[in-house]
Amino acid sequence: MLRFIIRRVLIGLGILLVSSFLLYLLVDLTLDPLEDLRTSTDPNKEFLIAQRIELLQLDQPVVQRYLDWIGGVLTGDLGNSWVTNRPVSELLQGAIISTIQLVSAATVLSILLGVAVGIVSALRQYSGFDYLITFVSFLLFSLPSFWVAVLLKQWGAIGFNDFLADPWIAWGVVIGVGLLAGFLWQLAIGGELRRRLINAAIGAAATIGALAYLQLSGWWSEPNIGPVILAVTSVVIAFAVTSLSTGLKNRRALYTALTCAALGVALWYPIRFYLFYYLTPYMNWAIAAGLGLLAALVGIGIGVLYRGPDWKQSARTGGIVAFLVAGLIFIDQVMSVWGPFYNSNAVNGRPIATIGDRTPNLGGNWWVGVLDSYAHLILPTLALMLISFASYTRYSRGSMLEVMNQDYIRTARAKGLSERTVVVRHGFRNTLIPLATIVPIDVITLIGGAIITERIFGRPGMGQLFLQSLAGNDIEPVMAYLLIVAFLAIVANIVADLVYAVLDPRIRVNA
Amino acid sequence: MSANHMTDPTPDDGRVESAENAIEMKEVEGKSQGQIVRARFFRHKGAMISIIVMAFVLLLALTSIGFPVFTDSWYISGWWAYGPNETNTIVNPGGAPTLTMPWSPEGFAIGPHPFGQDEIGHDIFARVMRGVQTSLLVMIVVGLVSTAVGVIVGALSGFFRGWADTGLMRMTDLVITVPTIVIGAVLGKLFGGADPLPLAIALGAVTWTGLARLVRGDFLSLREREFVDAARVAGASNSRIIFKHILPNAIGVIIVATTLLMSSAILLETALSYLGFGITPPNVSLGQLINQYQSSFSTRPWLFWWPGLFIIVIALCVNFIGDGLRDAFDPRQRRIPSARKMARAARRGQAEVSQAHAS
Repeated sequence: MLRFIIRRVLIGLGILLVSSFLLYLLVDLTLDPLEDLRTSTDPNKEFLIAQRIELLQLDQPVVQRYLDWIGGVLTGDLGNSWVTNRPVSELLQGAIISTIQLVSAATVLSILLGVAVGIVSALRQYSGFDYLITFVSFLLFSLPSFWVAVLLKQWGAIGFNDFLADPWIAWGVVIGVGLLAGFLWQLAIGGELRRRLINAAIGAAATIGALAYLQLSGWWSEPNIGPVILAVTSVVIAFAVTSLSTGLKNRRALYTALTCAALGVALWYPIRFYLFYYLTPYMNWAIAAGLGLLAALVGIGIGVLYRGPDWKQSARTGGIVAFLVAGLIFIDQVMSVWGPFYNSNAVNGRPIATIGDRTPNLGGNWWVGVLDSYAHLILPTLALMLISFASYTRYSRGSMLEVMNQDYIRTARAKGLSERTVVVRHGFRNTLIPLATIVPIDVITLIGGAIITERIFGRPGMGQLFLQSLAGNDIEPVMAYLLIVAFLAIVANIVADLVYAVLDPRIRVNA
Repeated sequence: MSANHMTDPTPDDGRVESAENAIEMKEVEGKSQGQIVRARFFRHKGAMISIIVMAFVLLLALTSIGFPVFTDSWYISGWWAYGPNETNTIVNPGGAPTLTMPWSPEGFAIGPHPFGQDEIGHDIFARVMRGVQTSLLVMIVVGLVSTAVGVIVGALSGFFRGWADTGLMRMTDLVITVPTIVIGAVLGKLFGGADPLPLAIALGAVTWTGLARLVRGDFLSLREREFVDAARVAGASNSRIIFKHILPNAIGVIIVATTLLMSSAILLETALSYLGFGITPPNVSLGQLINQYQSSFSTRPWLFWWPGLFIIVIALCVNFIGDGLRDAFDPRQRRIPSARKMARAARRGQAEVSQAHAS
């Protein structure tokens, strides 16, 4: 195994070196730093040209310049951008953080949604739901992302901001949305006609009821997750996670999950108004992650306390439910600053932003900053998610179909295992293996491919840096960007191979 | 070993299975691979609709404003009155489209500017048609170049293995490391301009990697088959084995991958033109149109809708055609025959059996 890793790393470094050389030649050919001077009407044009040639060492042969540059890179110096006179590493720092924020949100959401939809679609092969999802993913594949992004800016931002100014959904629309939701639910769940009608009715009624409650309680102007919504949602989460993880017949796991939910609701007030109140001045993402981990550990502990022969399963269920309920409380805290955020001078009633990654002159504490950055992330994430979601749906559907046709699934059913156990424990886990190799590659592709989204939404990320430097004939940032992207791609390929080898014992034995 | 129990097959099972076999044999007996694939392709409704729509779009784009043959001096003119770069007087206020639907008060009319005009007076229909021409040209050239390079690289590396395989695969890794749109942007700045051909060839030179991997995988498995051994024993040279024996067996995978590649090529070219690194004025591309008119979306939506609609239509049609081709080439696809066909095949089978008994 170690030899495998070392061999791949060495080959990867070799490819990186050769690739950087070829790219340097290509970029040097493409960029002409003297472009603006050639057409200038300055009287001392010749002098300026000579000065710039000397500054950028353009009189030296390309190979020499490449060696100088790569020598600098290997000692940690990425050079300076001659247009802005700033070191490239400084430009990169802020850009990388912005891009990572954008890409991680889009990736996590599109994986969760895409895999879920793909698996359900595979389980209901050739049904109406399957055809619908296949057609939708075809459509999403054929959409030009820049066109959709401009449409999103118009309807998502301007339209939604106008809606927020006078938040009232016509009752006809509420009923229509409820009926549509009911229709989609029954399509996904399937069954014969009577069950479908019942499912559709329940789905429609639940959606209309929820929307009506939100509308009548003024949720559109003051979104929050009060103790009531928290309690209902936590119980639903508890039941859902238990049914997926161990099945509802496992009473101890169910009680663990419900205990975690109840604990979360009981602790809502102390956490919101004491813990976060005291932590706010010191708050940052590390502390938030730590608190989430603590919640998961508490959930695991509750599972252990319930004991029983399969306490590990109860512990796992409890951990997941506790983490999710803690997440809900976190979201509630962020939502609690919505009022001051919405009415502040900087935002001025238009919270969904279309440009940049934060609102200038906003002020406020860490929670306001989090709300602000997420308000700026909604539209770019939606734009990025569209195509990612379609490809994850297709991959997971194909993978699940292949897995469900295997002999071991037939054996599991013949043994008498419930369908839930067959699908979740045997089918789902084996489906994830090829997916796990695609995810690192997709993340890296997203970092490079987000350049259109960053351009349209004006986010100061790596993509913007690359495009501006390319247009401005600035070779250092362009080469730094290409080097980083190539490096990440090689790392992603190695990680994907490693993950595949770890997850699939057949690969390990043969390698 | 226990004796095989010869139980009499129930008459139902035998008849159903023989009827299904009869239908399937009728579908494939005496036909070459090309004929079978073509028949199955024509049954795929989505693909057939897509071919008709694509043919219509292509014909409309080529004939409406005409096209140059090799150089601009040999220009075959079209039947549309306006050109893509002419400025005309603005007919409707604000340049609104003159196209009216049958249910509107004016009834159905096309008018001089069905897709509307922009502030300067350009006719949007002509611009969109020129954009469609450019995008289709880039799509086809990228498809051809990419397929040629990918097939050659994949075939050589899959057939010869050893050093050729390692070298070519490392070269493929070199091209894969940079995302397509990033290298496309650099190539677009270098080769982009009014002429779409250099850009198309350059883009084709960086999009062949997926196809190369697929072809290599196919060749690796196909070269172990007996017909390759038979050809070698008969004295065939390597190139003859590759092109006359193995390649026709891999053609299904290649064709499907090429169509999907063409659909992503048109999205890539329009994206590059949107960013400004692809086709530049005076030539027109659909992405460039969207870039030019994106700020006027709220006041003049027609400027924005028509180019995007055509991109979606072309990409969707190519995707459907690719899906139809994939289903046509898939040997495991089985159609479940209708009850009428089953009855007819059963009657035919009974007639043959009674004939055999009579003789």
